[in-house]
Amino acid sequence: MRAFMLIASGDKTLIEVTLLSVAISGLATVLASCWSIPLSILIGLGKFRGRFLVKGVFNAFLGIPTVTLGLVLYLLLSRSGPLGFLHLLYTPWAIVLGQSILITPMVVSFVANTLEAVDPEIRSLALTLGASEARAHMTVLGESLGGVFLAVTASFNRAIAELGVALMLGGNIRGVTRVFTTYIALEADRAEVALSLALAAVLMLIVATVSLTMNLIQRRMKT
Amino acid sequence: MIELRGVSKRYGDVEALRDVSLEVRRGEILTIVGPNGSGKTTLLKILAALERPTRGEVYFDGVRIDEANTAQFRRRSTMVFQRAVVLRGSVHDNVAYGLRLLGLPRVEVDRRVGEALEVVGLSGLKTRSARRLSGGEQQRLSLARALALECELLLLDEPTADLDPESLSVVKETISRLGKETETTIVMATHNLIHVEELSDRLVLLDRGKVVEAGRPRALLLAPSKEMARFARSENVFTGASRTIEGISHIDIGSGVEVKAAFSRSGRVSVHVRPEDIILSRGWVESSARNEFKGRIVAVEDLGPIVRLKVDVGRVFTVQITGRSFAEMGLNLGSEIYLTFKASAVQLIQRTYNAG
Repeated sequence: MRAFMLIASGDKTLIEVTLLSVAISGLATVLASCWSIPLSILIGLGKFRGRFLVKGVFNAFLGIPTVTLGLVLYLLLSRSGPLGFLHLLYTPWAIVLGQSILITPMVVSFVANTLEAVDPEIRSLALTLGASEARAHMTVLGESLGGVFLAVTASFNRAIAELGVALMLGGNIRGVTRVFTTYIALEADRAEVALSLALAAVLMLIVATVSLTMNLIQRRMKT
Repeated sequence: MIELRGVSKRYGDVEALRDVSLEVRRGEILTIVGPNGSGKTTLLKILAALERPTRGEVYFDGVRIDEANTAQFRRRSTMVFQRAVVLRGSVHDNVAYGLRLLGLPRVEVDRRVGEALEVVGLSGLKTRSARRLSGGEQQRLSLARALALECELLLLDEPTADLDPESLSVVKETISRLGKETETTIVMATHNLIHVEELSDRLVLLDRGKVVEAGRPRALLLAPSKEMARFARSENVFTGASRTIEGISHIDIGSGVEVKAAFSRSGRVSVHVRPEDIILSRGWVESSARNEFKGRIVAVEDLGPIVRLKVDVGRVFTVQITGRSFAEMGLNLGSEIYLTFKASAVQLIQRTYNAG
């Protein structure tokens, strides 16, 4: 009951954690898309040797445990690690970096698959109507926007719902790196059950809303 | 205008084209005919600079197409694929796609889109989602999209295949008008001669990736070579012994069937009767036609507006009538029917190597 009260009354901690979570995972998704979509065009539409090997590698990393990635990045970013000079550990940027790496295989695999599923004649059509090779690729991407949206949504959801990276790289510092999952996991039994429940409910709500919205957009794109 | 010299194309183990040399002249309508899998689509794609030959060269206005200038030549031609491919968005967006790439001002884009849609009779569907169109409408949209570009060279892959009657007449009309009223050079591929014969200036017969024959359609079809007969007229080709009586050849084609032909040729001959030259009737007809046989329908093939029938009169003849006639005459598999055709409709097949 108190959980609902907290949501309804707009509890300060709740709002803070929500905004931070959405900002971090949103940024991670944008970043990951920036390098993953061009990469998936290369993999999905390219004709180079070893294409399937590259795809296989990304597929294999789809299910990477978040704690494993968190640990590896922790070792890299820690003060004595090779990237320690960046002083990223226990900052929101560390989580952004970690989550964007985490979801890269997901965006690449999903988008590459969608692109491969687009009618190959679409590319030929674009070319014969006067498009350059690059423009033709953009047209193919445009035809598979639904699938691209799906990949991005799913990736955002994975990012915002993961715990391992956020915990190991962020450290659950209140107001700085405290996000949904770290809060729920670590503070639940510290007498803050109601707030944890409220956070869990908001997390669910965000994930569901994002998925639903994307679904609607995707349906409109089809026609 | 565009010329292929010794062009071959391999896809893995499959040799789609074998040493094809062909010149397309400016302003002509050239039709490539051949059975499915004979390499027609590959040939068109090479002309469209969408595929590169494995061997041989392509010249556009005397300039050899190579890697560096491919994009430039691609813009001078456009191809309409056999299976209509539509892009996301409205009918208008689809036709405007290529025009926008040309960087034309909006007014000009709208004008050309409007004109092209008018030609194919889709003006009323401008704002409709292209994916919601019927198959025939999508084909017409594809044609409009190509027309709007006003390219010098228009390549059509099976433009008349699987079309509803309305779309078919629109497409035929459009091609015929382009041929007469514009300088556009048209190359089209088809496996079905029925609809394009009268549109073409020149026919090229392609068989297993090789050009077998080329020439004017009337010349090729009225005195077909064995290959042409086998392809275009694989139906109603008969071989038998001919006796000439008073200038009329009486050809015994077996099973007691004797065909009378308006030429004098004795000995072993092969003849052909076009399916569309045979008249069907329920009863015996009094007419000047010298050939009349009674038979039974043994096969029915519905081609949309046209129905093809196989009629067994001792030998099996293929006959072609409109779907409407078929329905009105109440015909069906097993129906008893009379075939009538004139002696002048029986064509002698030249250059018969061995009967078969």
